[in-house]
Amino acid sequence: MSLLANGLVRPNRIKLDACSAMLACDRKELEHNVKEGWYMRRGIIIISLILLTLTLSLLATGPVFASAEAGANAAKATGLAWWAWPAILFGVTFVMGIVAVLAGVGGGVLFTPIIGGFFPFSMDFVRAAGLLVALSGALAAGPGLLKKGMADLRLAIPVALIASSGAIVGAMIGLAMPDNIVQISLGVAILAIVGIMLKAKKSEFPDVPKADNLSTALKITGIYHETSTGQDVNWKIHRTPQGLITFIFIGVMAGMFGLGAGWANVPVLNLMMGAPLKVSVATSKFLLSITDTSAAWIYINQGALIPMIVVPSIIGIMLGSFIGVKLLAKTKPAMIKNIVIVLLAFSGIRAILKGFGI
Amino acid sequence: MRDSSASAIRAPKQTKKAAPQHAIGATEEQVIYANILNIGMKIGLVGIIASFLVYLSGLMSPMIPVTEVSNYWGMKSHDYLVAANIQSGWTWVGLYRYGDFINFFPIAFLAGVTVFCYLAIIPTLLRKKDSVYAVIAMLEVLVLVAAASGLISTGGH
Repeated sequence: MSLLANGLVRPNRIKLDACSAMLACDRKELEHNVKEGWYMRRGIIIISLILLTLTLSLLATGPVFASAEAGANAAKATGLAWWAWPAILFGVTFVMGIVAVLAGVGGGVLFTPIIGGFFPFSMDFVRAAGLLVALSGALAAGPGLLKKGMADLRLAIPVALIASSGAIVGAMIGLAMPDNIVQISLGVAILAIVGIMLKAKKSEFPDVPKADNLSTALKITGIYHETSTGQDVNWKIHRTPQGLITFIFIGVMAGMFGLGAGWANVPVLNLMMGAPLKVSVATSKFLLSITDTSAAWIYINQGALIPMIVVPSIIGIMLGSFIGVKLLAKTKPAMIKNIVIVLLAFSGIRAILKGFGI
Repeated sequence: MRDSSASAIRAPKQTKKAAPQHAIGATEEQVIYANILNIGMKIGLVGIIASFLVYLSGLMSPMIPVTEVSNYWGMKSHDYLVAANIQSGWTWVGLYRYGDFINFFPIAFLAGVTVFCYLAIIPTLLRKKDSVYAVIAMLEVLVLVAAASGLISTGGH
């Protein structure tokens, strides 16, 4: 009975009848609790195997990337066929897509540091691919979020103008920097992001006593239907000027490092400007489709696009995201997020070391 | 006019002075934006997969053979352009005969969908006399077009 209660064996009607009789509890309730535990255990096992595969893949390819110039000789050094690196890239980004959904992070914040730290590609190509990966994810999610009213266009449009302009500047700066400086800066940025993910609180319904003058003038306010409570939520924002200024820096960082900016968008929209958490998350996801577009064009026009890197990445992340959505209901997102934080910290340290040629 | 009352969680309230501009969910321009985004995303994604399959199959000869791509992906982008004898900017359009460069078309399309979305909502914003947002949307189009034009460049490294 303990194995059944702990969810380590599949629920069986005969066992459940016996258990409910012994425990004098409702059989349906017992069945529900046992099934939930069984699915959770199965989900944890599946995720652990996936992450183990990812880790082993990274470790297996690790020694090749000891130097920043390993790329050109990577295939020769390892004796791998020309298609091996794109195939590994597809596999890694597929797992990344699953993990990103489960952890509630964007694909871009995982893609650039991990691929940049462990694959033999120049950071120019990695960042361009990272922006296009984040862009693709945002384009896929955007329509649904807009139609449901979760992403708000009135909130996004002025923010997007600021952030996309900053992203252009960031992309120009990033392309002008030597690779080792990019790696070190990226590593520091990733560790800062880890700190934000660890420390930042979230407020489901921030207290906004009064909308500020700018948001009132722009009529940035809205209503969305909260399914968990069955109520319609009126919301408004404040500190709009401060938020818009912050988005300048977010845009610059996104363009410079080829990261999606969701890790920064959500705290600013939610904690600084006071938008409800779901509106912040949805609007942030939609915002990436605009911010990353402007930066991606700078990289494309500077020749930083190799289809053999970009296309497997986009397809891998998108397929992984579909799987991740299906697994989401059966796993504990908090546990996955902790694993992702560790992975990001590892990637950040790896990027700094790579920048110093270690 | 949108409701801007203090309470964050309550049932929707219809008043004579502050009738909601739209039903709960999306505004008209939001739905227009979403529909174009949805169609554009699907076309772009199908195009990416199709062009990549053509590239891998060798139906169209690539400018850089697939077996030699690894010689370039470790270089800075500027060095890659010099080594591969490729010009920056929109010169990839003229290389449509090569299997590797046909991948640029759906990728560029995906990167350009947002511009079409903004252009589509501007008439609606003007019709609603929402001139501030119409101007912001026009500025955004200018920013995105400027980024896509190739006129904004770096000195490279």
